[in-house]
Amino acid sequence: MLMRDLGIIPAPKADGTGDGPSPFVNLSRRAFVGGAGLFVLGVTLAGCSSYVEPVIDADAFKLPDPGASPLTGVKGGDATPSLWIAIDKDGAVKITCHRSEMGQQTWTAMAQIVADELEADWDKVAIVQAEGHERYGDQNTDGSRSVRFNFHRLRVAGAAMRHMLVAAAALYWKLPRDQCSAKGGLVSNTKNDETLSYGNLAELAGRLAIPAEADIRLKTPKEWRYIREEIPSLTVPRIVKGDSTFGIDVKRPGMVYAVVARPPQLFGRVGSVDDAKALAVPGVLSTMRLPDAKPPALFQPLGGVAVVARDTWAAIEGRRELEIAWQDGPNAGYDSEAYAKQLQATAKRSGKVRRSRGDVSAALASASKRVTAEYYAPHLNQSPMEPPSATAEWDGDRLECWACVQDPQNTRDTLAEALGIPKENIKVTPTWLGGAFGRKSKPDFVIEAALIAREVGKPVKVTWTREDDIRHGFYHSVSAQYCEAGLDADGTCTAWLHRTVFPPISSTFDNTVAEPSDGEMSMGATDVPFAAPNLRVESGDAKGHMRIGWLRSVANIYHAFAVQSFAAELAHAAGRDQKDYLLELIGPPRTIDPEAEGATYGNYGAELSEYPIDTGRLRNVVEKAAAMAEWGRKLPAGRGLGIAVHRSFLTYIATVIEVAVGKDGTLRIPGVWLAVDAGTVINPRHVRAQMEGGTIYGLSNALYGAITAKDGAVVQDNFPSWRLMRMGEAPRDFKVEIIASDAPPGGVGEPATPPAAPALANAIFAATGHRLRTLPLIGAEGDTLKLPATKTV
Amino acid sequence: MAITLKINGKSASVDAAPGTPLLWVLRDHLGMTGTKFGCGVAQCGACTVHVDGAPTRSCVTPHDSLEGAEITTIEGVAGAAADAIRQVWVANDVPQCGYCQSGQIMAATALLRDNPAPDDAAIDEAMSGNLCRCATYMSIRRAIKEAAALG
Repeated sequence: MLMRDLGIIPAPKADGTGDGPSPFVNLSRRAFVGGAGLFVLGVTLAGCSSYVEPVIDADAFKLPDPGASPLTGVKGGDATPSLWIAIDKDGAVKITCHRSEMGQQTWTAMAQIVADELEADWDKVAIVQAEGHERYGDQNTDGSRSVRFNFHRLRVAGAAMRHMLVAAAALYWKLPRDQCSAKGGLVSNTKNDETLSYGNLAELAGRLAIPAEADIRLKTPKEWRYIREEIPSLTVPRIVKGDSTFGIDVKRPGMVYAVVARPPQLFGRVGSVDDAKALAVPGVLSTMRLPDAKPPALFQPLGGVAVVARDTWAAIEGRRELEIAWQDGPNAGYDSEAYAKQLQATAKRSGKVRRSRGDVSAALASASKRVTAEYYAPHLNQSPMEPPSATAEWDGDRLECWACVQDPQNTRDTLAEALGIPKENIKVTPTWLGGAFGRKSKPDFVIEAALIAREVGKPVKVTWTREDDIRHGFYHSVSAQYCEAGLDADGTCTAWLHRTVFPPISSTFDNTVAEPSDGEMSMGATDVPFAAPNLRVESGDAKGHMRIGWLRSVANIYHAFAVQSFAAELAHAAGRDQKDYLLELIGPPRTIDPEAEGATYGNYGAELSEYPIDTGRLRNVVEKAAAMAEWGRKLPAGRGLGIAVHRSFLTYIATVIEVAVGKDGTLRIPGVWLAVDAGTVINPRHVRAQMEGGTIYGLSNALYGAITAKDGAVVQDNFPSWRLMRMGEAPRDFKVEIIASDAPPGGVGEPATPPAAPALANAIFAATGHRLRTLPLIGAEGDTLKLPATKTV
Repeated sequence: MAITLKINGKSASVDAAPGTPLLWVLRDHLGMTGTKFGCGVAQCGACTVHVDGAPTRSCVTPHDSLEGAEITTIEGVAGAAADAIRQVWVANDVPQCGYCQSGQIMAATALLRDNPAPDDAAIDEAMSGNLCRCATYMSIRRAIKEAAALG
């Protein structure tokens, strides 16, 4: 019998391959005593040094059946304490994290929320990574929503358990509950100096009824001791020792290693393969044809030929020796340069109206001044530093996978479909993710590992090389945009027209779809917060020829680039200060409902009543960032400040960037000032880190990033041709201010990225008089901005 | 044919194909996965180890060229500079996802060992070979200066 059938599942091993998370989910919901550890007598000194904590014998209490959990359906999902928390007899508090850790510090944030309401001793807190399972509710760690989706229910779970621990102590002491209280892992009472530790109380507490939500008192924000505090990361102490387990680090007994040669084009196929030379490479064990991919792309692997070897290097060397004749597929003719011209032409034609107020055409016709601009942004690659990697192991008809996945549930579902086995026979446990940025929400690489492992009958680790990652990705969409505005005699904007054209992510799931989705339009286009009396947002269709996927902040990137660049262009046209004009465009504090003007608006899945588009908050971050940067100060020649503001993932961010541009076009970034209003913030130091990281992610892409294609194949292959920002190019100074707020939590991982590119372009304009509308601004080679010969009029 | 490597002060017998880069010997043969694969072409620094004290890209260094050399990895790097770097890395939560940080720590440790008070230019020079997609660059810069100040 498997240990798991007994409900005893060992904690994950250091190599990440332990039998998994949540030791208690197979136990009765009543028992949240975790593990099978030795009983350790809790001894505490509580004022009276002679006090020795008695050992509680839970069996001595005759208790009624506690009944079903009343907390399975609270806001956000199941808040049953045993799903999230186990307390060992030695007092260790094990908190299950069902989201994937990728550097956003979700382990620490989730633990802060639970431990705070639980009144746990932080030093005793440890995280158990959850496998992919529907009992946890949504586990798709994208969209910057781990905290937002789970803040309430994890507070409830922690508080419910605190109530039960207090109730157990009251029962033991035969005292009324209101004379007992919990703090820092101990329950005390008002009658004497005795205390009972959580580890000692846990078993008895676990046999009590779970309180209903109405009977649970959540702490007030003033009582919080971990939430909002700069709690150190739970992962960093391991990282600095090299004791970290990412997907690529998983080890299994008898494991072999594989890499895959994939068709250069999406839906290209293997015509013929000669593997004789590959098999002659020392260490190569076998090769395997993978099934051809057929439209639509979905999350399926791309096909090709796998090389299996006794180490990764032998597999890579073997792949080099494969002789494959590829057959062209339907995307063989894809050329990103020609495609860009198509998109740009589409952007100049009337499109589908996605939001409209007033009469833009009439207002443009009667404007004192009309301003137009076209913007272009290329495909991008997420390129997390850990490329995709997955390990799969079969035990008869059961499959177990360990991988750096953002969504272990969709991984499990996709595996079940690809392999034709029930998902109950599949276990997927996320490792730590060495970055993800949207790439690892697509589990194609896990399917590869499972298919190969089934064929070779051994555990298999598939590793994507950097070339694989760059050439076979799910790319951030390429876009062309057209903006036109009308200004009156005072320079006030009376008409705003924004048209956006890009192949939608939905084309990955249905290759006939060419129309930008409402979700993508909701990211920076239809939610434009400007007050112009006449406003129209349009989209144009574009057919996809590559797999299009999510990349940190998604469509917000190109939309914010166009909208916030154009805002500064209008300021220039009106002869006004960028920041002042931006505030004027935004208009007075109010809330905006794009649906009242014909949009189908997603608001990141949240209700506008709970998370309104609040222009007051938008204005506030603009004012704050400008003040931080000492906006308006005198700058030497060649220097300039640019500002941009954007609301995404329900969070408001304004960014000011200072650039220094040499006469030869060399660029330095002396400073960045960023103000963020993310509502309630769990951990300010980790929010600051995301603000820096998200901004530089945006700057790196805007300066250097372009994925292009010729004959259907991606041209770039590794870091020389796909360029990322390096230490010497990073801003010298970076200041972040977090607006204090009691509003519900917004997203943090993504929203710093969108304002980065337009703030940069606006700063370059301020410094040089050159308006740059095509990304990237520098490109993979060289160190100078692509400045046109003449300045922008 | 097996050869003997000296890694973190201990001898290890390795039987890998001639020319196999040290990176894959460490990771796949010896189970030392602290050293990371990022690009395979010495462009990202995730695989940085010390060979006789010098920061070295293990992804392009054949293991069989290292007989007799002192190889140090993230699992074994020690001494005053390494202690200081680890201390400030933890105190400031420098890493985000952490994947590149083995390489960052190996590079920063060598920098601090050779230059106890590096200025911005020296930090840029020593650290620009190490990519971080999470962009912990500002954190790293601040932390190296803090480590230097520890003396």
